[in-house]
Amino acid sequence: MAKIVASVNCSHVPAIGAAWDLGKTEQPYWQPVFKGFDYSKKWIADLKPDVVILVYNDHASAFSLEVIPTFALGTGAEFKPADEGWGPRPVPTVHGHPKLASHIAQSVILDEFDLTLVNKMDVDHGLTVPLTLMFGQPEAWPCKVIPLAVNVVQYPPPTGNRCYNLGKAIRRAVEAYPEDLRVVIFGTGGMSHQLQGKRAGLINKEWDNNFLDLLTHDPGKAAKIPFIEYVRETGSEGIEMVMWLVSRGALEDKVREKHRYYHVPASNTALGHLILENESFKG
Amino acid sequence: MADKAVVDPFEDIPGTTLFNAERSRVGYHLNMFCMSLMKKANREEFKANEDLYLRKWPMTDEQREAVLKRDWGRMIQLGGNVYFLSKLFSTDGLSFQFVAASMTGMTQEQYAEMMLHGGRKVDGNRSNSEWVK
Repeated sequence: MAKIVASVNCSHVPAIGAAWDLGKTEQPYWQPVFKGFDYSKKWIADLKPDVVILVYNDHASAFSLEVIPTFALGTGAEFKPADEGWGPRPVPTVHGHPKLASHIAQSVILDEFDLTLVNKMDVDHGLTVPLTLMFGQPEAWPCKVIPLAVNVVQYPPPTGNRCYNLGKAIRRAVEAYPEDLRVVIFGTGGMSHQLQGKRAGLINKEWDNNFLDLLTHDPGKAAKIPFIEYVRETGSEGIEMVMWLVSRGALEDKVREKHRYYHVPASNTALGHLILENESFKG
Repeated sequence: MADKAVVDPFEDIPGTTLFNAERSRVGYHLNMFCMSLMKKANREEFKANEDLYLRKWPMTDEQREAVLKRDWGRMIQLGGNVYFLSKLFSTDGLSFQFVAASMTGMTQEQYAEMMLHGGRKVDGNRSNSEWVK
């Protein structure tokens, strides 16, 4: 059967993608950002997942204000990098896993999570920057990727608790899939940042690190953090962290923290990165 | 009982305008104008005559004026969302950091320096009451 064995959580700052694409990874400003993923690249190369379920948010690229889906699962065969106004990133086309994605849709909708299903959409930096950070610049991405876009642009976004429970439903769905597949789930975005208003530039290192602790050891408590707390303590865009609860819900209650990294700044943002493995997973 | 009025916690965060369904309604045409700039031909048409291009979108005079003046903070207050506005400032060749800095009243250099030193602290920035001097 298929099995989600680990989660990768990381920020998806667009400037990180631009720094990579323009060959700036060794510049003093960017070097500490990319250094945080040295371990991770080796870890995932050894793990060789067949499929990544990538939880991210679209930033007015595939979805304008015409349609605002709270949870949108990519069931298509391929997803092209979006032109976000300065040309698409020079990264490979993302290949989905329509069969597993359709199975997940069937399972979680009957589990009362009313997903929107998307067969055609472009994917923006929210999805491609984490792939770059974990896999570098291959000719083709080394695994299938199922996008799961979460609305965190127009408030209210789904609650942390809803995201956590959706993660659990995704775990049940994947474990009921008959084919042997090794699956890793990515939760992306965050950590503290605010891109608008006179309070722009807000960073809350203490809160972010406490969130990383809770996510690892007490996810049920992390899931109860109210929407207002994210906004007040971590900035108007810090709410992206609810997506890390989807990935956490998809793991077992007990996990091993394999890697953690935190760095300020990446442009306007606190960069956070966390890799968790199921305790039962023997590698 | 005005002094005991209930404060909406979402409206009590200083220097922060939350893009909710109501602001999305108010800012719909402003944001959809920005979205149109995802296409190169539209960017060129906009640059050739901004005012004329903006007339295609039934936004308010205030919104149109804020766009023409590139008053980013005002656009946010009038229902703009920063991810949609990014299509406009990318057309102008400006970065998120430039625009974020301009909304705070700092220069980009001052803002970048603040970020290098760990960003804006949360203490003193949680409630409007802390900003009343």
